[in-house]
Amino acid sequence: MDFGSINPVILIASLMVAATPILLAAIGELVVEKAGVLNLGVEGMMITGAVAGFAVAVTTQNPYLGMLAAIVAGALVSMLFAVLTQILMANQVASGLALTLFGLGFSALLGQSYVGIVPPRTPKLDFGPLTDLPVVGPILFNHDILVYVSIALVAAVWYWLNYSRGGRVLRAVGENHDSAHALGYKVTRVRILSIAFGGACAGLGGAYLSLVRVPQWTEGMTAGAGWIALALVVFASWRPWRALAGAYLFGGIMVLQLNLQAAGFRIPVEYLAMSPYIITILVLVIMSSNRARRSMAAPGSLGRSFHAAG
Amino acid sequence: MSIPLLSLQGLTKVYPGVVANSDVSFDIGEGEVHALLGENGAGKSTLVKAIYGLIRPNEGQMLWRGEVYAPSAPAQARATGVAMVFQHFSLFDAMDVAENVALGMDNPPPIRELSAKITEVSNNYGLPLDPHRMVGDLSAGERQRVEIIRCLLQNPQLLIMDEPTSVLTPQEVDILFRTLRQLRSEGKSILYISHKLEEIRALCENSTVLRLGKVVGRADPRKESARSLAELMVGQVLHTPSREAGTPGKMLLKVTDLSVASPSAFGTSLKGVNLSVRAGEVLGIGGVAGNGQDELLGALSGEIRADSEAVQMDSNPVGQFGPTARRAMGLLCAPEERLGHAAAPDMSLTENALLTGAYREKLVTNGFVSWSKAKTFAESVIKRFDVRTPGPHVAARALSGGNLQKFVIGREIMQRPSVLVVNQPTWGVDASAAAQIRQAILDLAQAGAAVVVISQDLDELLEVADNFAALNGGRLSAPRPVQGLTMDQIGLMLGGAEGETHAAA
Repeated sequence: MDFGSINPVILIASLMVAATPILLAAIGELVVEKAGVLNLGVEGMMITGAVAGFAVAVTTQNPYLGMLAAIVAGALVSMLFAVLTQILMANQVASGLALTLFGLGFSALLGQSYVGIVPPRTPKLDFGPLTDLPVVGPILFNHDILVYVSIALVAAVWYWLNYSRGGRVLRAVGENHDSAHALGYKVTRVRILSIAFGGACAGLGGAYLSLVRVPQWTEGMTAGAGWIALALVVFASWRPWRALAGAYLFGGIMVLQLNLQAAGFRIPVEYLAMSPYIITILVLVIMSSNRARRSMAAPGSLGRSFHAAG
Repeated sequence: MSIPLLSLQGLTKVYPGVVANSDVSFDIGEGEVHALLGENGAGKSTLVKAIYGLIRPNEGQMLWRGEVYAPSAPAQARATGVAMVFQHFSLFDAMDVAENVALGMDNPPPIRELSAKITEVSNNYGLPLDPHRMVGDLSAGERQRVEIIRCLLQNPQLLIMDEPTSVLTPQEVDILFRTLRQLRSEGKSILYISHKLEEIRALCENSTVLRLGKVVGRADPRKESARSLAELMVGQVLHTPSREAGTPGKMLLKVTDLSVASPSAFGTSLKGVNLSVRAGEVLGIGGVAGNGQDELLGALSGEIRADSEAVQMDSNPVGQFGPTARRAMGLLCAPEERLGHAAAPDMSLTENALLTGAYREKLVTNGFVSWSKAKTFAESVIKRFDVRTPGPHVAARALSGGNLQKFVIGREIMQRPSVLVVNQPTWGVDASAAAQIRQAILDLAQAGAAVVVISQDLDELLEVADNFAALNGGRLSAPRPVQGLTMDQIGLMLGGAEGETHAAA
């Protein structure tokens, strides 16, 4: 064992990169669940974004166009789920699982001719001398734009949900859709828009995997990142900043796992791979045992179909 | 005559297979408190939804101060000056009072200003409210205040109130009525929907009675008796349940110092409950919902186990027995929730009859169900209790609330219980079916059973019970004879003011 080979500064810098895709997907899913919809198709939307982003970036040799394409692709496939659950009133759990399976298969089909290609590089932002600062420089000022975008997105979602009228309506729809309908809010419309946002975020998260983190296209490359994002939303008890903290925690575990392996540490990697889910289960147990903590509770209408009566 | 504030002219709303409203016309004047009366399913809710812009009528029109008024959405109704307090509150538990109010407004001011305004208006109308509290933590009365304040902040001309008092204690009803009278004196109109006739007689100066979607009468409620209004609503002469006075027999059910924790997260645990019921006696237990009613029924039925001696039936300790063992001894229960607790919604009436009748009616032999016997039993319940249904093969879900209630109560009564416990036996049941159920309960007591009726309908309890006790926060007050009990005393009992005396005894 040689812990000395693990550099904490590099560890933190790389965990931010590792956390960004799940953070993007999680913040999207958080908004979707706040609106009362449980979309288990995050994995499928992520990998669709990953392949779409990769293909467009390779074709145009522009990573940013690729990311834009991933956003559009993620939102488009999420509309499949939206039509099924919001218009045809299909079961959300089944539809979400179907979306994941569809996304995995569909992306494998689209990506066949892109295996083994190197995508255009996504440049790191240039902060000039700031990057050269010791410790702070590599951690804060040596990343590509999406790392910063993901943090800004967390801030924006947090502010919008809590301090804007639109955010309040979205929370109301998720908390009690019958009440929201009685007050004249368009429950279905709010939910479809939320699902599209969630799809776009998941798509972007997927593109980050295939364009920056890995970067190449392989079949099934999201490897459970979508599921971690779903677990993260619960772990964060539906709060944006906690999602950020959770993403960095989970990201840290992923990076640490690689580092420990490299350092020859003799703990089976499976334990670390399991840990995000184990932590999420623990959080669920704490949430359900501590009844007084309403602040941790799920949105009241989460996962329930809305039928407008009368 | 001056132009009415709102005039409904020939409103008709047809749903596939049902005519909810047919040619309904009436006027509401400025500063008038107008009552809309009717049984369940008479079309009251459909009508107010049309006024509030939630649905559009198929025919007819509405005039607001003489101008055509056809709201396509609640926002438009609110802009015109119509506000509505819903029967089932349209509130959001995980949000605070100010946010809830803001959601009901079209152009809410920033939360800080709004909070100040909520405090001001709520104090002006005698409905104090803290804008920063979570709605999920409020009592039913306080939740209703949130709804009312939400309406008042928009300065409406017409306030629609749908069954506003169904969840309130008598004291809370008084506070509400004071507020409503203050609103009237300010020139605002109120459309008041209720089936509690005494309230309407105390508050309203005009009324329209609906039956099966049609207007069947208009009356000044102050000049009518509650009975004549009820008969107008039902369309037939009402039979008041009655029985001959009898002398109570031996003690059949005795509960001593019963304390059990509630199985549900938001339930109320029972604390030191004492009660006793003799043969031929009806004990009425009142209380606002959520004060331990479900837990008390569970502890009596055997769904919640208690100390062996805490529940005694005919001097036998049964506290540790489960429902089946208690049923076998003759202790039968009918819980409040019809669909999902008293009856399995997707199962047929025969299957539902089997569920509780299996043992006492011997519907199972050597572990095998005798379907023909079960069917006969279900048919006999349907026949005796006048359950309107095509037959026992119909799913419980398909029955109307009143008919299913007749079935689940009848199913227990037909098993000749020696002790019967019912929770909310006539909740959501129309007046004639309710009278029928109450009569059956009285007949059962007359025949020598001990009966416990848990209900939130005080009029019902006063009608059927010999003794009255109140549940408050899981404690049961000392029972008092119903004869000579005043509403004020009952209110105090419901508020828990007398709860301690019995705990000490």
